[in-house]
Amino acid sequence: MAAGAWLAPAALTASGRPVLLAGEVERLFLSSVDLEAEENPTLAPLRSGLLALTSHRLLWINEASRSAYSVPLDTVIHAFPPKKSIKNMFASPRVRIQVSASQEGKVGGGRGATSLVITIVLRGGKNDPESFYGRLWEVLKSRSWEVEELKEKENLQMQGLGAGEGPSRVRTAVVGVSGILRKEQEMWESTDKSLQEAFHDLNALMSKAKEMVALAEKMRQKLLSGSAAQANDEELGSKQEMQDWLLSVGIVSPVTKESAGALYHQQLCRQLADFVKLPLEKAGGMIALIDVYCLFNRARGTELISPEDLLQACAIWEKYEVPVMLRKFDSGVMVIQNKAQSDEEIFTKIADLSQKPDSLKMGISPSDAALTLGIAPALAKEHLLNAEGKGLLCRDVSPDGFRFYVNLFKEFDPNDIYLVKDEGLYKAWESTAATVVTS
Amino acid sequence: MQKLGDFRLPHFFNYPPYFTLQPVRETREKQVQLWKELILVYCRSQKIFSVGLEEDFPLFSNPAIERCLSHESKVVFLSALVSEGRAEWMDKSHKKCLVLWLSIQDWADYIINFVKENGLEDGVMTVEDIRSGIETRGTELAGIDRGVLMRALKLLEQKGKAAIFKGSSTDDEGVKFSA
Repeated sequence: MAAGAWLAPAALTASGRPVLLAGEVERLFLSSVDLEAEENPTLAPLRSGLLALTSHRLLWINEASRSAYSVPLDTVIHAFPPKKSIKNMFASPRVRIQVSASQEGKVGGGRGATSLVITIVLRGGKNDPESFYGRLWEVLKSRSWEVEELKEKENLQMQGLGAGEGPSRVRTAVVGVSGILRKEQEMWESTDKSLQEAFHDLNALMSKAKEMVALAEKMRQKLLSGSAAQANDEELGSKQEMQDWLLSVGIVSPVTKESAGALYHQQLCRQLADFVKLPLEKAGGMIALIDVYCLFNRARGTELISPEDLLQACAIWEKYEVPVMLRKFDSGVMVIQNKAQSDEEIFTKIADLSQKPDSLKMGISPSDAALTLGIAPALAKEHLLNAEGKGLLCRDVSPDGFRFYVNLFKEFDPNDIYLVKDEGLYKAWESTAATVVTS
Repeated sequence: MQKLGDFRLPHFFNYPPYFTLQPVRETREKQVQLWKELILVYCRSQKIFSVGLEEDFPLFSNPAIERCLSHESKVVFLSALVSEGRAEWMDKSHKKCLVLWLSIQDWADYIINFVKENGLEDGVMTVEDIRSGIETRGTELAGIDRGVLMRALKLLEQKGKAAIFKGSSTDDEGVKFSA
């Protein structure tokens, strides 16, 4: 798309959510937003896209063509507040930002020689320019993108002589597992500092004594409660490993009502689609909604969502091109399923299972099927019921429980009830079943 | 091969799902069909005319596989026979069912054939003779349900092939055939 050639393209996930940088957190979503370079009409404006404000970038996403462009916030020189005048009351509200650009007028390619004013036109009726501007200003002021660089430097320092007296740090939003990790790290750094101060001179130690006792107690508790986790603290390498591991289960920037506003469910829906891909693969293409709820919330860490929100997010998958779908079985059980996943494969497996001698004799229970298919019994039962609906199986309800048998009704001949064809399932069943009855 | 008295049971009688009412339409249709057939064949061979839903009916349970029909499924299978004219409910509460493995018309035809074969045209028989007399021994008529027999005879009377009259004793009726 040539229209956005003056901005750097940004990567999107399969479901159309922005791929975030390390430590990047989404702060606000606005729909129907234009980006224009008013002073330079040669640059084609970007029309009617989704604007995402993150802690590091401004992202403009075209949902139809699944393309996105970004304006790194470190290139923003100034943000002009939205103008208030009678004239502007009728036009769409605008927020202008001045960004540095390269000589050719390209934004985002490093520190540029010239600058460019980008007009952000908020066309969605509900978008409040004041709150957007407020949020933008907040993000700009926090300079989160610098924090990441800073931390890397600090990590290097820490290996040598422990934490230095780094400049007072700006906090990024504390969300997700990474948020907890960050908080934890900050706590440890401050602990480290107080240790150093304490040993600096004895007087200080006296004054810090109380604090030290409390700290020692706390450390002891921590060691007792999770010696494995604590041991990692000894070596930075394994600590890093654990952090990576935690991050792999965690969602760095969970979509929240605060950041996404009216677009909450839509964004949540996309994030969920990205998230379930891995668990789905592991579960063989289908996973119960309840399990997804647990996994998703565990990954989100602090920003938990309600079951209602999850259901709504799944329900709107239909509208977007995502590789997963919500499926409701006749019994009411809801699952998330890969669109590519077909029932045929499962039916074949069930048919094979039901024709084994043991199954011919005793039938199959949902737990038998669960073992063979490697899925949860509740899901296995749904598959069995589905197979029954297809005429592959039929049920047997007895005091022993609910079992399924391979469907032999097709083989029975009502015109000659004694007929057993020499070949086929009826014969196979008859020869195995006969041993049960006579024994 | 499993037997019920002297009746030979089909193999599928040991198929457990045969005793559970199948919810899937196609499967259920086949199941109902098989039950209808088995009930008729069994009743005919054992000369059973009425099946009570609350009484023990040997066909409705299979001790060998420990399965028996639920009340609901009995009603379904018998109702299927009723809707085909092969059975009739004997009471409004649908607790007893008259099984017509031959329809009344078939019975009437059978009686006429019997009469012709035995040279009983213009002869007289009592109803009780037909049910348990020497003449009918070994035929389907032996042990026929009295109600069914009377209905067949009345059908013949309507066609002018028989005349029913009260006998000298009040508890028996006579039939004069005029084939």
